[in-house]
Amino acid sequence: MQKTEKDNPNYGFHERIKQTDQWWLLVAIVVLLVILLTTFKPDPYQRILNFVMDGIWVTLYTTVISFTLVLILGLFGGLGRTSRNPILHGIASVYVEVIRGIPLLVQLIIWYFAFPAMVKDLGNAWNMESLSNYKANPIVMAILGMTICYAAYMSEVYRAGIESIPKGQMEAARSLGMNYFQAMWYVILPQAIRVILPPIGNEFVTLLKDSSLVSVVAVADLTRRGREFMAANFIPIQTWLMVALLYLVMTLIAARAVTWLEKHSRYER
Amino acid sequence: MESEAIIQIKNIHKHFGKVHALRGIDLNVSRGEVVLIIGPSGSGKSTLLRCINRLEEFDQGSIVVDGIPLDSAENINAVRTEVGMVFQQFNLFPHLTVLNNLTLAQRIIRKREKAEAEQIGMELLRKVGIPEKADCYPLQLSGGQQQRVAIARALAMNPKIMLFDEPTSALDPEMIQEVLDVMLALAKEGMTMVVVSHEMGFARAAADRAILMDGGQIIEQAPPNILFTNPKHERTKAFLSKVLS
Ligand SMILES: Nc1ncnc2c1ncn2[C@@H]1O[C@H](COP(=O)(O)OP(=O)(O)O)[C@@H](O)[C@H]1O
Ligand SMILES: [Mg+2]
Repeated sequence: MQKTEKDNPNYGFHERIKQTDQWWLLVAIVVLLVILLTTFKPDPYQRILNFVMDGIWVTLYTTVISFTLVLILGLFGGLGRTSRNPILHGIASVYVEVIRGIPLLVQLIIWYFAFPAMVKDLGNAWNMESLSNYKANPIVMAILGMTICYAAYMSEVYRAGIESIPKGQMEAARSLGMNYFQAMWYVILPQAIRVILPPIGNEFVTLLKDSSLVSVVAVADLTRRGREFMAANFIPIQTWLMVALLYLVMTLIAARAVTWLEKHSRYER
Repeated sequence: MESEAIIQIKNIHKHFGKVHALRGIDLNVSRGEVVLIIGPSGSGKSTLLRCINRLEEFDQGSIVVDGIPLDSAENINAVRTEVGMVFQQFNLFPHLTVLNNLTLAQRIIRKREKAEAEQIGMELLRKVGIPEKADCYPLQLSGGQQQRVAIARALAMNPKIMLFDEPTSALDPEMIQEVLDVMLALAKEGMTMVVVSHEMGFARAAADRAILMDGGQIIEQAPPNILFTNPKHERTKAFLSKVLS
């Protein structure tokens, strides 16, 4: 396993306590701020919160659904990138390089605006009613766009994890008669996942924040709801203070959950 | 069939880029035979062992193990289940307990029920002398204990042949004997074994034949006592004088 500061036996109990304390303090302050603002200045803060509440759910579930798909698609990408089969390796590499070279915002716009237009053109060309009447669902397109983009990054995370496991592990598994996929599934991946939990966690937090980009493709997420509120009420300072605090609560808790997972998945030595 | 060699290696060649690691190896191993391979570092000993269960592909020649030619993917997997391998670096699965190291392949490949696999696993742990470590994780064990678990893990698949690639070279001196004892017991039971090792004591006690490899070739082979005391080939003499001094 990768050596971190925490593996150092001299890394003291007190430092660890302090780190946890700091996190609790920060969360406490942010949550307290939200509560104070909404109780003592319900106008506008409670109004803002009520207005954007459904946006919080949209942000959360688009992120969670997308990230679940990213974990699956990224695994295939990572297996392709580490494959010795030139065709699989080639496909995975082209996918990763192309997707990582295009900004997520542009990809989302392509999926929501350009892709449906293309389907319609094809429908007209082939005289197919069902295609000509195609209308993109914003949420579906947003999840699709985020998944395809983030899975490319996740492929590289998986690749690094798989490559960090000593070659002897695969050889031991193969010498016991396991085929490549059995060895991957039972021996390599369980070890690789532990190594890459921190970067996976980072990807989740980053995706949570980047999900604010889906607001440009007609998804009523937290950011879009904030913009709608601002447009109707003309109080940008209060609106965006509230929105920023809400994002902060979510990202702080997500980051902490990752640290917890990490700690509870180390194996004993 | 019974008299036929269980491992038949004919004219194996292997290149790593420009390195000609194996240069025409011919070797037959009979059932129940214990063959010891010695030779300087880089002489191709590991490569030869790894060719026998196809962890390494060879460029030319043929290998037949227990009547199965190493050609198709199915045959390779079939051979691998019959051939156990023990590595210098143990290569235990660090995310699994000792017992689960022993049951994993039994359950996936041999399709044994959990209870049966665990019973076989515990029997083997008793055999290698560490049943009390069943629920430990490999990295909590000493090197010698880990290597004994690795041997037990290979045995759990009921192999007909066991390959050992310098099983004691990564061990502290005081742990070497406990591993050799397990190997000796295995040899006495009649297991077919191909062992790369420079442990002369083990060779004298257990090996039927000792082989000297150098430069990807078999230079000389004879019963260990004869090879060690009365080598014919200059390269054997040179190597032995280095190892024995
Ligand atoms: N995976 C590999 N890639 C490149 N060269 C290798 C590889 N494995 C072994 N070799 C080379 O093949 C030769 C034989 O190696 P090896 O079989 O490991 O020797 P030994 O086990 O006798 O020390 C050496 O020259 C070694 O450098
Ligand atoms: Mg070697």
